[in-house]
Amino acid sequence: MAAQKPLLEIKDLTVSYRVGDRTLDALQEVNLSIRPGQAVGLVGESGSGKSTLALAVMRYLPANALTRKGSIEFAGREMLALSQDELRGLWRRELAFVPQNPATALNPSMRAGEQLAEALRLYGSTPEEARALSIDLLKQVRIADAPRVARDYPHQLSGGMQQRVMIALALSGRPKLLVLDEPTTALDVTTEAVILDLLREAAAQQNTSMLYVTHNLGVVAKLSDRVAVLYAGELAEDGPTQDLFRQPLHPYTRGLLDSVPRLGQRKDVKPLQGIEGALPALGAPIDACVYAPRCPLAIEICWQKRPALDAPTAQRAVRCHRWPEILAGEVSANREPTIRLKTAQRTAEPVLKVNNLEVDYPLPRSINEFLSRAPRRAVQAVRTVSLVVNSGQTLGIVGESGSGKTSLARALVGLAQPHAGQIELLGLRLPVRLNQRSRELLSHVQMVFQNPEEALNPYLTVGESLARPLIRLSGQSAAEARQRVPGLLAAVRLPADYAGRYPGQLSGGEKQRAAIARAFASQPDLLLADEPVSALDVSVQAAILNLLAELQLEQQNALLLIAHDIAVVGYLADQIAVMYLGQFMQFSPAETIFDPPYHPYTEALLSAVPPPDPFVQQEQIRLEGELPSAVDPPTGCPFHTRCPRFLGDICVNELPPWRETKDGKRIFCHIPLEELERTQEPVLLFGAKPAGEL
Amino acid sequence: MTIYILRRLAFLGLTLLLTSLLIFIITQLLPGNVCRVILGREVGQAALNACRVDLGLDQPPYVRYLTWLGDFLRGDWGNSYSTDAEIRPLVTGRLGNSLMLAGFTMLVGVPVAVALGVIAALNEGRVLDNLISVAALAVVGLPEFVTGIFLIQILAFRLGLPANSSIRESAGFFEALPSLILPALTATFVLLAYVARLTRAGVLQELKQAYVRTAELKGLPRRTVILKHVLRNALLPTITVVAISFGWLISGLVVIENVFNYPGLGRLMVFAITRRDLPLLQAISLVAVLGFALANLAADLLYAALNPRIRVGQ
Repeated sequence: MAAQKPLLEIKDLTVSYRVGDRTLDALQEVNLSIRPGQAVGLVGESGSGKSTLALAVMRYLPANALTRKGSIEFAGREMLALSQDELRGLWRRELAFVPQNPATALNPSMRAGEQLAEALRLYGSTPEEARALSIDLLKQVRIADAPRVARDYPHQLSGGMQQRVMIALALSGRPKLLVLDEPTTALDVTTEAVILDLLREAAAQQNTSMLYVTHNLGVVAKLSDRVAVLYAGELAEDGPTQDLFRQPLHPYTRGLLDSVPRLGQRKDVKPLQGIEGALPALGAPIDACVYAPRCPLAIEICWQKRPALDAPTAQRAVRCHRWPEILAGEVSANREPTIRLKTAQRTAEPVLKVNNLEVDYPLPRSINEFLSRAPRRAVQAVRTVSLVVNSGQTLGIVGESGSGKTSLARALVGLAQPHAGQIELLGLRLPVRLNQRSRELLSHVQMVFQNPEEALNPYLTVGESLARPLIRLSGQSAAEARQRVPGLLAAVRLPADYAGRYPGQLSGGEKQRAAIARAFASQPDLLLADEPVSALDVSVQAAILNLLAELQLEQQNALLLIAHDIAVVGYLADQIAVMYLGQFMQFSPAETIFDPPYHPYTEALLSAVPPPDPFVQQEQIRLEGELPSAVDPPTGCPFHTRCPRFLGDICVNELPPWRETKDGKRIFCHIPLEELERTQEPVLLFGAKPAGEL
Repeated sequence: MTIYILRRLAFLGLTLLLTSLLIFIITQLLPGNVCRVILGREVGQAALNACRVDLGLDQPPYVRYLTWLGDFLRGDWGNSYSTDAEIRPLVTGRLGNSLMLAGFTMLVGVPVAVALGVIAALNEGRVLDNLISVAALAVVGLPEFVTGIFLIQILAFRLGLPANSSIRESAGFFEALPSLILPALTATFVLLAYVARLTRAGVLQELKQAYVRTAELKGLPRRTVILKHVLRNALLPTITVVAISFGWLISGLVVIENVFNYPGLGRLMVFAITRRDLPLLQAISLVAVLGFALANLAADLLYAALNPRIRVGQ
């Protein structure tokens, strides 16, 4: 194997962007090679240059990009020397690209089949052949109803289906190399799992190499043979996947691995460590190690000299002054976390009680429906949800897109109107309409939103944003409120002078800190956090999660945490509710969610999440079909249309019972608990050497 | 889709009803006494009164409105005050001429404007782009009577095209064609800059979309990418605007029709206004509004038909 000539060989690649009259380096002397049939994962934070590298390999960089140095050799040819026509030939036959967002990557006004057939005609097929072949290709990516999908326009297809069409397109020319830029980031985990299986299978069948760009370490662990870590446009580390996860040599790789919560990792047992600081600005001079400002192991030499790209073994490469010490185990970037986080006290009193809450969004009626007096149809976003959250306790709600988790949060803060059910706060009935809630009530319920970019008013300084809830909701004077701002900033570890800055001057993580400070400012009894970290880089996520836990510990608020990432929920929550199609499927104490018995949907969800650890064996449970429409949800058990453990008529006709285990787990299923427990394996089997223990 | 069309048609009816009311009110508010215009200044009060009764002006306004509207719907548009000719054949004949001029203008102007827009977009920021933008703006900045007279100077006097476009009332398209060229060209100039800039913006917007990258990375030739992928989406807003401007071309070419002496609706309107010919003015206005409304409807239907996201639901 070692003697095999690489398919792709990148040498000393330096790419810059012209911005105004400045030239900013996005990639600095990057080296990377991919052998035939090999899958290489490319990881790094946003701004690290991953996408630039992917597009450079395609030779499809934006017009203001400049390849200043280096070479890209692909299948024996120098890519940088190819003419536009030669390049087109390469794109047709040998080099294919799968982008992040399939919804925008397909032409909205062309049928899916035609978009495929068009490419096939380029390879010399007649129109009839091309049509037949495109349906074959769609079948190859396991689309059951290929002829119908071929006739559909992109907007008629789900995200997963769109991405399958994109993959079919990429495979249509039987390429030697697939370049994939975050191809599953926009998809749900259960869909992601299916797409990853598909890619692995297709690549193996055609001996296709892959360059897989992602920020998700779990996906890399699962899919790639080798991993390359980019930081600030430099290759920090490169090596075989298992070696790299078992013994990362660059402190940045270590930092990334320690930033992501593992399935089952909990805040009180093993707190996460993020990476301090932020990525340097593009175009900063490189007379030192670029990672030194954030590195826990930085010593004098790191600030004085740029490290060379060394090769500790034939298979590995690392750009760090201290790798020999790290390899020998003399130093480690893995530090004992300084914070102590605790779980909720059992005696706490209930803050939020929700009884049989229902939220729906009515659809406009057609003339026929209006004339025939048909009942008004609605998207049933939340259907009969009940829950209790105690003070100091965190209830995590996990679910995929379309599960209704955001609608639930919006109803609780008063942004959506429930049409049935009650909400009680501290024993008092909460009015459903926002304008019926007093200012004092508003100060008791606060929310942290998903996207910090949109949550802060760009025309107010951070200090003004923080003072606002104090003045408007808690009735403090402007002077009092101003005095409290430095304390609020300190609590979220932002420097005091940030009070005078505008949100535009803050990084994403800093903005989310400010948003959190704003939410905690009025010391709310109930705090809702809707995907508080999903828009952030992994290195920042850890710090934000810990911050939420710390502030909650201090103020003893009830926290409702909503996320699609079950590891994130498992890390922070005391109780976890799994939501599907507007209903809860399972309630568990966080400690027991990873053990059987599970609800069959929880089981599928857990087996779909790729753990950031190549040593973990995982059961393969894949959900068939698409999420049913919330306008006509299935009768009986909402999950019965896709349930791998489907029993029969009873699931279709009858609502399942809530079954309770001895350790406080509640499962909404027709299958008796004993049988679930007998037939279910733990979904995750940890290997001999989990990476987290190094 | 049928429901959508039905709903739009219902709205169209409502729009026409409201504008007819508005037109009626406005014409009632116009200063001047029609009978005095008809009979002359020297006539006595008795004759004026007789004239008022004759024209039905002694009735209360709502009766007059309903009578007018009912007659109009039945096809009896009345007689012109000033020429006593029947209004309907007069207006429909002029409408035909206006449609001919508008259609010809579109035929000539739109492809040129779209082509210029696409060329400008594909050369964004370069000399050609700037040249097209500046030229188009310069042309649209000049009033129609200036460009019209300029064209007469150049084309009519040098090439022998008719500068006076007064055609026979019932002239067919090909008979009228030579007379259409100059006014159509002048109207094109007005449209050109707008449509070209819109096309340019549309193409630039679409070129940034990810599906263009997908198409390029299939290895499609650049031409195919532009013609098959980009234009199909980029022209959607342009088509809407073009359809709406058709409504304007039918009745809004007042100045051009006067410069070239072309017998269209616009010139008839000027005639009606100067003669205080209220029934004629009302009829022209209502026809003009109908033209606008239909053009708007056509624009929306065309947009829906060309855009699968609207045509084919989820």
